[in-house]
Amino acid sequence: MVGRLPIPALDRKLLRDLWEMRSQALAIGAVMAAGVVMFVTYLSNFDSLQRTVEAYYERQRLADVFAMLKRAPASLEADLRAIPGVSVVATRVVADVALDVPGLREPATGRLISVPSRGRPPLNDVFLRAGRWPEAGRPDEVLANEVFTEANRMAPGDPVTATINGRRRRLTIVGIALSPEYVYAIRPGEMIPDNRRFALLWMERRALASAFDMEGGFNDVSLRVMPGVPVEGVIADLDRLLEPYGGLGALPRRLQQSAWTLDNELVQLSTFGFIIPAIFLAVAAFVLNVALARALALQRPQLAALKALGYSNAQLGWHYFKWALIIATLGATTGVIVGAWLGAEMIQLYNQYFRFPSLDYRLSPAVVAGALALAFASAGIGAVSAVRRAVRVPPAEAMRPESPARYRVSMIETPRLQRSLGQGARMVLRNLERQPLRALASVIGIALGGAILLVGLGFVDALDVLIERQFNDGMRQDVTVSFVQPRSAAAIHAVASMPGVMAVEPMRAVPARFRVGARSRTLALTGLEAAPDLNRVIDQQGRPQSLPPEGLVLSRMLGQVLGVSPGDTVQVEVLEGRRPVRQVRVTGVVDDIMGLQAYMEFAALGRLMREGGAVSGAYLQVDPGATGALYARLKLTPAVAGVAIREAALRNFRDVMAQNMNLTIGINVVFAAIIAMGVVYNAARISLSERERELASLRVLGFTRGEISSILLGELAILTVLSLPTGTLIGYGLGMFIITIFQNEVYRIPFVVTPPMVAWGWLTIIAAAALSALAVRRRLDRLDLVAVLKSRE
Amino acid sequence: MSAPVFTARGITKVYPMGEIEVHALRGVDFDLFPAEFVVLLGPSGSGKSTLLNILGGLDIPTAGHVVYQDHDLTTAGEAALTEYRREHVGFVFQFYNLIPSLTARENVALVTEITDHPMTPEAALALVGLEHRLDHFPAQLSGGEQQRVAIARAIAKRPDVLLCDEPTGALDITTGVVVLEAIERVNRELGTATVVITHNAAIAGMAHRVVRLADGNIVGVSENPTRRGAREIQW
Repeated sequence: MVGRLPIPALDRKLLRDLWEMRSQALAIGAVMAAGVVMFVTYLSNFDSLQRTVEAYYERQRLADVFAMLKRAPASLEADLRAIPGVSVVATRVVADVALDVPGLREPATGRLISVPSRGRPPLNDVFLRAGRWPEAGRPDEVLANEVFTEANRMAPGDPVTATINGRRRRLTIVGIALSPEYVYAIRPGEMIPDNRRFALLWMERRALASAFDMEGGFNDVSLRVMPGVPVEGVIADLDRLLEPYGGLGALPRRLQQSAWTLDNELVQLSTFGFIIPAIFLAVAAFVLNVALARALALQRPQLAALKALGYSNAQLGWHYFKWALIIATLGATTGVIVGAWLGAEMIQLYNQYFRFPSLDYRLSPAVVAGALALAFASAGIGAVSAVRRAVRVPPAEAMRPESPARYRVSMIETPRLQRSLGQGARMVLRNLERQPLRALASVIGIALGGAILLVGLGFVDALDVLIERQFNDGMRQDVTVSFVQPRSAAAIHAVASMPGVMAVEPMRAVPARFRVGARSRTLALTGLEAAPDLNRVIDQQGRPQSLPPEGLVLSRMLGQVLGVSPGDTVQVEVLEGRRPVRQVRVTGVVDDIMGLQAYMEFAALGRLMREGGAVSGAYLQVDPGATGALYARLKLTPAVAGVAIREAALRNFRDVMAQNMNLTIGINVVFAAIIAMGVVYNAARISLSERERELASLRVLGFTRGEISSILLGELAILTVLSLPTGTLIGYGLGMFIITIFQNEVYRIPFVVTPPMVAWGWLTIIAAAALSALAVRRRLDRLDLVAVLKSRE
Repeated sequence: MSAPVFTARGITKVYPMGEIEVHALRGVDFDLFPAEFVVLLGPSGSGKSTLLNILGGLDIPTAGHVVYQDHDLTTAGEAALTEYRREHVGFVFQFYNLIPSLTARENVALVTEITDHPMTPEAALALVGLEHRLDHFPAQLSGGEQQRVAIARAIAKRPDVLLCDEPTGALDITTGVVVLEAIERVNRELGTATVVITHNAAIAGMAHRVVRLADGNIVGVSENPTRRGAREIQW
């Protein structure tokens, strides 16, 4: 019988054809790989973080409900336990104090948290990284959180001085700890973690209680709720029980600061992990479609011959479909490998601002399978229409010689222009006009590369805008001082007279629950001067917003959360002092960029609170030469709970947040450049194979290499130039779309594109085009005239 | 004489070409008998390629009937036509239509892999005198050699009919003769019914029967009482 070849002849053709167009296949594969890398990087990080978070919360028994209050007697515990659905009740003493950290000029803030004198906390257990647990009967021993000790280069045995109830007390750090409650540790009222100036200190309960007159009482409650019991009901019961004791409003776990921030990050990661790769893979599918359609057009005679020989449409369709699948396999495999590597790098960054006992990178089979499925789906979508069209060629075509392509004088060639155009330029124009759809496809392909690049670069701009808005337009005070307790207006004068203080603005912040129907949020209501100079309320464009004499001004996002807009009323339940409950009209919303904020004019808030001019803190403008003296003075002022410094916050932001964002942006830019290169190179290579014969004929007629190059590359140049503004437009739309999706409660970064970034994007595309042109030019120079003219294929 | 391989009656083919209709065939009757060697002779545009395409299942007529043994090709769908081409027909094209990325042996294997009782690619290539060029790519072969690979590819499946469209059209006389010898040998040794299209009257001497076409009609049929061998042909 017939000796069969080990690999069927058709498959050999596939492999050799693929090898022949390997550089194009590589370019398409790279685009596909870029999408898969993004998918794997983001989703594996999402997956790893989520697993870590869940395991950590579970192991360390993170509570389901958190509440703070002024002071309640220990006897209330029994009532709390009786709340239907509550399985564990843990009470604590928690207090914020000013800290004097060795080596730090300015005062820091410490949060003292009680731990049981014996045994471990029933909820929110602490993970001991190093050192030991405080000994019973040693009131000066504390555990400190890891990020704080790292930032200040401290170790067990080091001292820290706290101002407790007006008295300075020397504490000794005996252990380094982590807590599921503070995976993201942030000083209340701030947006960016300041690890040097914010410490969590766990102290034996008896010692802490006696220092704060909390013996036989507590000011912090955590609850574990039985599975299946709705947490809202438990919160309502808890709030009711705590109200007489100055309850500050219970929060479910999802709104607890650290958990809320983590959740937002996780949502962002998973969104990013889908949207960005989806865009990349859509581009890859488009490029694959264009490349395959044009490559198959070149194979028309072969296709017709194969059909004449008895190959069916299905066989041939599958044959060409395999081209796409092989490219997808290569792209996806590379993508998964690079994505796994990049994912492992990226998780290290998360470790810097979310802190877990261990954050292990894990690439789950589901993520890999998802990536492969996505790559194959996009390749399939890209290939199917091109293959379908190609196999429809009638087999009788194999019997006919190729007829010359139909050309005509191009539309823009007026007789005058015709005279001034060279022969080469005419060929370029007519070729473009002959196949306007193909030209359009190339323009769109290159434009998509440019668009993705612009989106990547746009995020660089967005980060600058974020910094500009947050630190230059809004937060113009050098120092923010917060007081242990609300003080009278006299405190402002006292601060104003401190060394180096050039200007002071008062600030009042009261904890409040904002309720609209069933929706509610508990956060600080901030009272500011109507048109402050230092800490200003600004919108995304950096325009300062003045506060009306009455009513609430909310972040637009908070308005959305509560479902209100200007003119609507919000029930404000103040959780401090006389605890007034008022219906307050929303008089303004502000398109701000970070967090959820609620503002009132200072005097209006005073009226709401029925207090005259009480302040919670002050914003200071400080003479840069006198900061040392000021900080020294503040350290010795018992009324001061903490000091936030603009410079330090800015530095932190750049160090931690920017680092993370820069990685993301860097990935986007690199992969956008890959796409741009891939698309341009493909367009150039296909044009070359289509017109090899024509160009070789011209060479034989005496055209120089330069002249024939300019015909082909001139066409490419025109396509590239057309694609530049197109890409900017598409990129802008894409950027707006992505940014809209990424609006969350933590950040609302505006999408801005500055002329320099557009210029960079254009330059990158032009460089990619030039490189591709160079590669094609090299092939043109090596054109084997005889061989090209001899073979018809 | 035995029953014909093909029976074509009243074959008409009309191509719409823009506003006007081109009548490529105007009611042609044609029979082909087993082991017969027929030359279709005529100037360009006479309709001979259209007739060959219809016989080969590459195209279907606008009107009329073509019956191949017991298959009605006029009513066959695309899948049936593909099946018909695969099982029964060997094509030789004017421009060879070899797959450039496959060697001579692999080009033949393309066909032997999808048919039921083929010869080996090596045997088919030996039949056209190319047993020493098995692993050459088309670009490494001369025009005549490429056309002989195409013939090997057409006959490797042991087709019932061999349809050749201007097989020497792109070749010089010496090479053309070698190609014609190969076709002649296939017809003689395998008994494959063969139709060769040409506008070169000199080739007509090889045929059992010569069918002349002009302007879509058969204008004459003649039988050669004595056939000339390919070697004797001159043009």
